[in-house]
Amino acid sequence: MHELKVYDQRMALSKEQIQHLAKLARIEITEEEIQQLASQLSDILAHFEALEEVNTDDVIPTAHPAPLRNIMRSDEIGASLTREEVLELAPETENGLIRVKAVLE
Amino acid sequence: MTELWQLTAHAANKGLRGREFSSIELTKSVLERLHSVEPAVNAFITITEKIALKQAKEADKKFSSGTATALTGIPIGIKDLIITKGTRTTAGSQILGEFIPPYNSHVNEKLEQAGTVMIGKTNLDEFAMGSSTEHSAFGATSNPWDINRIPGGSSGGSAAAVSAGACIIALGSDTGGSIRQPAALCGVVGLDPTYGRVSRFGVIAFGSSLDQVGPIGRDVEDVATILDCIGGHDPRDSTSNPEPMPDLRHYLDREIKGLRIGVPCEYFIEGLEDGVRSQVEEALLEFERLGCEVDRTLSLPMTKHALAVYYLIAPSEASSNLARYDGIKYGLRNESSDEIWETMERTRAQGFGEEVKRRIMLGTYALSAGYYDKYYLKAQQVRTLIIQEFNDAFTKYDLIITPTTPDVAFPMKQKVNDPYAMYLNDIYTLPSAVAGLPALSMPCGISEGLPVGLQIIGNFGQEGPILQAAHAYERATNGGNLLASL
Repeated sequence: MHELKVYDQRMALSKEQIQHLAKLARIEITEEEIQQLASQLSDILAHFEALEEVNTDDVIPTAHPAPLRNIMRSDEIGASLTREEVLELAPETENGLIRVKAVLE
Repeated sequence: MTELWQLTAHAANKGLRGREFSSIELTKSVLERLHSVEPAVNAFITITEKIALKQAKEADKKFSSGTATALTGIPIGIKDLIITKGTRTTAGSQILGEFIPPYNSHVNEKLEQAGTVMIGKTNLDEFAMGSSTEHSAFGATSNPWDINRIPGGSSGGSAAAVSAGACIIALGSDTGGSIRQPAALCGVVGLDPTYGRVSRFGVIAFGSSLDQVGPIGRDVEDVATILDCIGGHDPRDSTSNPEPMPDLRHYLDREIKGLRIGVPCEYFIEGLEDGVRSQVEEALLEFERLGCEVDRTLSLPMTKHALAVYYLIAPSEASSNLARYDGIKYGLRNESSDEIWETMERTRAQGFGEEVKRRIMLGTYALSAGYYDKYYLKAQQVRTLIIQEFNDAFTKYDLIITPTTPDVAFPMKQKVNDPYAMYLNDIYTLPSAVAGLPALSMPCGISEGLPVGLQIIGNFGQEGPILQAAHAYERATNGGNLLASL
């Protein structure tokens, strides 16, 4: 386990923040995982603070390194998977549809 | 006497063409080797023996009918991140543990057209997130050089299998070093091509602005041959490079006199093991003897920021890409709840391993309101600066040479519970990945009985000069076809 340095404590993640992130990410987590993630993510993020040193005024962000823009294909109907092939993969189906758990109470 | 499984792909091709042996004989030899080493190495998630024998039979027909290619009949391992129609593809995860793809990846289509023989699907860190192949839901892979050590990752199964002779060539994928780092630690050759060189259609996404499929082989010529087969434009991947593929074979067997090589001082700092340093220094002397201009004055000060940039961008993209695994349409579904959101949360809790969860959480944080500018946007801006720094360097140099990793293969379990220590293993492979540049790792000696990797980075779209230099170095040092004794 890493000891958090003084400057790290300022940005250490709280239990509530971890719970909120887990909710956003739709992952159920245990109390033990909350503790561990709070400590590990805080440690990792503390190392990333060094980015603050870099002057990025007027620097255009890079989303990807390919020298390409907006590659489009023509809107034409082509071959695709069949309904049967897709349903074959689903955990549960009914009447040719994918069955899910209750969405509304 | 040389056993068939010990051959490189080009040597095997010669034998197959000359009818010295058949593809069936070659495949059986490789399968026999695989079965003898697999209990110790665990390089494969799925062994596809039936498919292999069927494809070998077809390959033999191609040799009879004169339609064989350079890769016809060659046994290959395919990283289990790459979709293979009708053959289970797991991404090393429980969440796709039983997933049988209804379609094929572009790269596997290309391989099938060339007539390769699929031996199996190789092990990896779950969703390619890791540097040791310990984060696999199907058990860790061992390094064939020392089974108590890790093979690197995430393409650890592919690199270990090639190094052990359990297949002759393999495909891996590289997001931040996942081909080069295991290639280095297992003593084989691995190439991360230019971003966009190889179509990702049918490759399970991790970090989409970084992911690239590439070859692993036991020598430089094999790696060139595989890239020649799988590379090129594919309209089904919108980031696929529309430029025609360079004629890679043209670069082999060429002199490298006068080639300008930059060696950045930031890669030779504290943390670099002495044994690795001395082997790399020795390799640089060899390049000088071959007539290259090796310049040690290069400085790339942004190097130290590549780790933060990568570990913000890749998890952010992963948190978005992995949102699709929700237990609804395909893959695992946890059935313990009657409510849809809880079903998703429990499915993801059950189906994802520790490291994947950690990265999804990290990425979710970096993209969340209030932190986007501080982390994600900042990382994208520093990414621009890293690219600019490489661009400047490539006005003066043809290639940049560095160590691939700071140390040789480390013992299993040493770093698995310390995520940041694990991330540090990627420090030399991350900068070129962030910039989308092609980079190769090849063996350059042994330290403490384990292989050391040399990294050769080229300019955007310039795999040719990398292969040229790597091939010349391999020839000069009588290298290539290094097999782990196991």
